[in-house]
Amino acid sequence: MSVFVHKESRVIIQGFTGQHATFHAEEAMQNGTTVVGGVTPGKGGQTHLDLPVFDTVDQAVAETGADVSGIFVPPPFAADAIMEALEAGIGVIVVIADGIPVQDMVRVKRYAAGRNAVIIGPNTPGIITPGGCKVGIMPSHIYTPGRIGVVSRSGTLNYEAVQQMSALGMGQSTSVGIGGDPVNGTDFVTVLQAFEDDPETDAVIMIGEIGGQQEVDAARWAKENMSKPVVGFVAGVSAPPGRRMGHAGAIISGESDTATAKMDRMEDLGVHVVRNPALIGETANRVFS
Amino acid sequence: MNIHEYQAKELLKNYGVPVPDGRVAHNVDNAVAVAEGLGGDRWIVKAQIHAGGRGKGGGVKLASSLDDVRSLTDQMIGSQLVTPQTGKDGRLVQRVLIEQACDIQQEYYLGMVIDRATQRITVIASASGGMEIEEVARTSPEKVIREAVDPAVGLMGFQCRKIAAKIGLKGKQIGEAAKLMQALYRAFREKDALLAEINPLAIVNGGSLLAVDAKMNFDGNALYRRPQITELRDFDEEDPKEVEATGHGLNYIALDGNVGCIVNGAGLAMATMDAISFHGGKPANFLDVGGGASPEKVGNAFRIVLQDPNVKIILVNIFAGINRCDWIAEGLVQAMRELEINVPIVVRLAGTNVELGGPILAESGFPFIMADNLDDAATRVMETLEAQS
Repeated sequence: MSVFVHKESRVIIQGFTGQHATFHAEEAMQNGTTVVGGVTPGKGGQTHLDLPVFDTVDQAVAETGADVSGIFVPPPFAADAIMEALEAGIGVIVVIADGIPVQDMVRVKRYAAGRNAVIIGPNTPGIITPGGCKVGIMPSHIYTPGRIGVVSRSGTLNYEAVQQMSALGMGQSTSVGIGGDPVNGTDFVTVLQAFEDDPETDAVIMIGEIGGQQEVDAARWAKENMSKPVVGFVAGVSAPPGRRMGHAGAIISGESDTATAKMDRMEDLGVHVVRNPALIGETANRVFS
Repeated sequence: MNIHEYQAKELLKNYGVPVPDGRVAHNVDNAVAVAEGLGGDRWIVKAQIHAGGRGKGGGVKLASSLDDVRSLTDQMIGSQLVTPQTGKDGRLVQRVLIEQACDIQQEYYLGMVIDRATQRITVIASASGGMEIEEVARTSPEKVIREAVDPAVGLMGFQCRKIAAKIGLKGKQIGEAAKLMQALYRAFREKDALLAEINPLAIVNGGSLLAVDAKMNFDGNALYRRPQITELRDFDEEDPKEVEATGHGLNYIALDGNVGCIVNGAGLAMATMDAISFHGGKPANFLDVGGGASPEKVGNAFRIVLQDPNVKIILVNIFAGINRCDWIAEGLVQAMRELEINVPIVVRLAGTNVELGGPILAESGFPFIMADNLDDAATRVMETLEAQS
């Protein structure tokens, strides 16, 4: 099964003909993803990578039966593109853009309320079910099919954890990047719920960072609702307060926002916390075996 | 992006928020002229720096004569103002805001933020004005009123009246406060703010409301559509290394350790700092080279990190997804050729084109210390530092 995206997913790419979109659509297809077409307004009727290009998401869904969209449009146009995908009935929307104005995402979240869709991101490397479906910009070759779910705010730290896992022979059911923005589509709890419900996932690695309380909320949720073990890490122990550490959402604005405070709380709530980011794989291997 | 108090007040005034009569001054004569122009016999002289806690540092003073205005301005302009938020070196004061003094009868707190929990613009208010809201939230959380705004309809009048009543406003002040909140909300929305704070919001003689202090912070990602806000940026308030880094598309934050860090991705950059700390070291900086790091970008990263005299060693940690290890390696070699680099460099490469990156470094003849993984990298940094001392 895996979560959110799988072998049967039919993917379209919004902003299809752009450079990054083209590169990653091609890479995804080489690694087993079923891309069925794309959308670039004004280029409808053309073909790109031997696939049809449409002017609107609505047309793309009608013609191809797409149920997943990877959004590769630049930040100023991303909110509009997400809402277009929502309106067209796309079930899983992956938003790569880093730099969407926060208030745009506030409106997107309101627009998404009551619709049965999952928005992954923004500011995410995307989502991958190894060997089945990749929607995003991560290097497919570092992932291997397996039974551990991975969810993280950061992209490169996700790669780091996955490589540590792969070195020890642990594969992934699905790896989800929920993104580094303060207002994002999907939180940790939603992803943990999906992993808990997925018969092909045995355990979860959750990688957070400074800022906000969602790691702690997720740990609390897991304690009350989850049967599968969770290994957790929060980046930014050495980050100074009040400074935005690259990601728009990675800022310590209070005592409870710090990495140490969050890891302490998570540990109290039963998460297997790793304090050294170099030992995420090793800890997971010990806890899960 | 932060702006000065006088800029925030000017902006909010245009939206209809009542603020004290006042103007900014860049020198003593200017300040006296402003005070004379405002009239009255008492003025407030306020140092304009981006950090908060100015009152505690002596940056907000009452002047009872024009001579006072002169001497206070003279003390402030050109001085390094130290407040609880500036660090021990303080910040250089380059201008002061001169305002007519007013008699404050009661103080409240009014703020707006984008709340992570509700993922909406949220109004925060409290009857405990003048205090930091974090402090109030810690000591008496029941005194902090929160009201989330539905983005589909905006901040409604009834919500404003509810907040006003909850903080204890009465009579005509309720309507006045509602008008003020609507004005603040419009400014927040139309200028893509992340934070707006009026602290204190005061009741002054005659019973009317006045925004005695104002602070605003704006979304850097929305500046492309807010040219008026972009113009308010004061580069003097920022670390020149950080400004230079931004210009090169790099994300740099200076810290106080001695291990320079060059990493791709914000999360991995933080984790790299954490791994160094875990091994007993101290990172000198946070630096994210971002995606698509060209050799030029890598060279610029080195230049910026090396401007910090405390740096004794540099750790380059790249996990290439959208990046390419061969480009990073070429950038490293180029930087070694062009810059005078006298500190050891530990390199860990992984991900896309790693098989091309390693040989480029090995064949360059430069003494890069290669590491296999994150743990190995942090260990080698510490070993090398110890061998040096």
